[in-house]
Amino acid sequence: MGAININNVGKIYPNGTRALEDVNIEINDGEFVVLVGPSGCGKTTLLRMVAGLEDITEGEISIADKVVNEIAPKDRDIAMVFQNYALYPHMSVYDNMAFSLKLRKLPKDEIDQKVKDAAKTLEIDELLERKPKALSGGQRQRVAMGRAIVRNPQAFLMDEPLSNLDAKLRVQMRAELGQLHSQLETTTLYVTHDQVEAMTMGDRVAVIRKGVLQQIDTPREIYLYPKNIFVAGFIGSPAMNFVYADIKTSAKGTTLIFGNDKISAKDAPEALKEYEGKEIVLGIRPEAFEDSVYANKKEFTEEINIDVSLLEQLGSDTYIHFFKDIKPVQTEAIEEILADEGEDISVLGTQTKFIARINPNATIEEGQNINLAIDPTKLHYFDPETGMAIT
Amino acid sequence: MNRNTQKWYDKPVTKIILITIAFTWIFPVFGFVLSSFRPGEAIKRESWWDAIYTGKLWTELTLANYSEIFFADNLDRSFYNSFAVTIPSTIIPITIAAFAAYAFAFMEFRGKEPLFLLVVASMIIPLQMSLIPLVQLFKSGVEVFGLPIIPALDINGTFVATWFAHSGFGLPLATFLLRDFMMSLPRSVIESAKIDGASNMTTFFKLVLPLSVAGIAAFATFQFLWVYNDFLVANVFLGVYKPENLVVTSHVSQLAVGAYGEAWHLRTSGAIISMIVPLTVFFSLQRFFIRGLIGGAVKG
Repeated sequence: MGAININNVGKIYPNGTRALEDVNIEINDGEFVVLVGPSGCGKTTLLRMVAGLEDITEGEISIADKVVNEIAPKDRDIAMVFQNYALYPHMSVYDNMAFSLKLRKLPKDEIDQKVKDAAKTLEIDELLERKPKALSGGQRQRVAMGRAIVRNPQAFLMDEPLSNLDAKLRVQMRAELGQLHSQLETTTLYVTHDQVEAMTMGDRVAVIRKGVLQQIDTPREIYLYPKNIFVAGFIGSPAMNFVYADIKTSAKGTTLIFGNDKISAKDAPEALKEYEGKEIVLGIRPEAFEDSVYANKKEFTEEINIDVSLLEQLGSDTYIHFFKDIKPVQTEAIEEILADEGEDISVLGTQTKFIARINPNATIEEGQNINLAIDPTKLHYFDPETGMAIT
Repeated sequence: MNRNTQKWYDKPVTKIILITIAFTWIFPVFGFVLSSFRPGEAIKRESWWDAIYTGKLWTELTLANYSEIFFADNLDRSFYNSFAVTIPSTIIPITIAAFAAYAFAFMEFRGKEPLFLLVVASMIIPLQMSLIPLVQLFKSGVEVFGLPIIPALDINGTFVATWFAHSGFGLPLATFLLRDFMMSLPRSVIESAKIDGASNMTTFFKLVLPLSVAGIAAFATFQFLWVYNDFLVANVFLGVYKPENLVVTSHVSQLAVGAYGEAWHLRTSGAIISMIVPLTVFFSLQRFFIRGLIGGAVKG
């Protein structure tokens, strides 16, 4: 098993389009790193470059301390799992899994042993004689995994392997993949479009936007300390609320003013003082709100007054939607996140929309005027020009 | 049925048009089949529709034409010849084209695009134009600056000449169709094989070839039917004047104009006998044929 080093890697297609720019990622031996980003951000391209299916235009990629730029895919000792499984349709499950071993000219009994072991690990030992056509989506997915693990390669490369499964199966396979990784401890580079997958599976998550690596860190760090508006808006569901806020500093501390509401910032970064009298983008995660009746007053020290426009009761949580008469935050990053969800900037309208997660026991009705408590330690501050977090 | 879900071919107008076309097409074939069962004099005396009208047809039907051709005229030899021309002329271009198509579909090499264009462009050369140069080539070869690039094989009048000619005429279309078919195979499957450690040869023989069976069968049917039905190329390269070299199509045509004059009754029955082979080939390969044509449209 080996580490993967991606050094200053860039990709320019022959037609001149730039797909990746100066990407640096170090994946430690046995680590599970997830590449996440909107469609077309270059994450799959990067994975394919590691696999050797795309040329590396700039920079260097090494696997297990060996530079692989000029090495053919078959000699890189990696295994790849494709989005559409890419099983060999005319071969049985057994032959699918044995294919790479046969090409390596391993003795027959050793192949047999390895295939059966892998099949057992994945619980597909009953299916070995079947053709892919006769398998369900989940089973095909397992066979694709099996084909990768029999080889015991330096690294697994996975390209949205769960995206073709239905929601329920995806959750199950997600857990199983996680388990499998902790069992095998093979270095894994995993591409996904689904931020929940990224958060739950990755040891570290790399967020990519327009071919540029935005941030790479543990899921917790990424969630708590996003480096810019894009990462903040892309990671988390429901997404972080963004609102323009004015900064006022006094001896007592920093006050954030948005619309008719004033809240005082707590533990605000020093740099925020430089924005005195200026407008910043304030980011508030849905869980930084709470119904004031249920709020723990030690944490949720601030309050704003809102009119509930929509109530979503999920049982475990309740989400309330409300609007403030403030011009919605429109930056390129937000536009791009919306575009990825199939929306465009016009859905923002003329008012800023908020989603708050509150205690499910709260008895609130749509249209009701309530006080919402805010935990001011959980606020995020961004520069409206650069989109970067103010720290 | 809801009007919106009605397909265009379900509308009465289209049905009438389609039935008319089908009828127009079948009408002469029907007459042709009837004539093959009528005696020669009867055909010349009276048209088959008159014969149906007067009711004479039912009394004059006979199998004599068929037995005459089968037993008297050496047709078995012509069938044998036809197969000797057709089978190699189908297998050779497919074998070469499959390799070429793989290279065009999956390999990167310099000049790939212009080369492929050249292959496609060569489809528009009328084969009639190349007949005389080919005959010359087969006779005396090619010499460049005194070097015999292609020896003077003098193979005109042999079966090898027809194999060469038919293979050459079939290759561009075969390469084009097979490349298209191969490109419609899921790309990730091929990439997966690459990562699994397969060389191009292994990928070709273990994956692409078995997965292209439908496309290959489709082209094989095309090529087989075209070569079998061909008349011109066989006549040019095998020669019409050696009776032992006649293929079925030439033979049938000679029945009418050669020794027999206007022997319509023999010509029709001969043609129907010669149709047996293409029909058998078509129906036995039909399953592949249809799958081959739509093979690219459906995601594997």
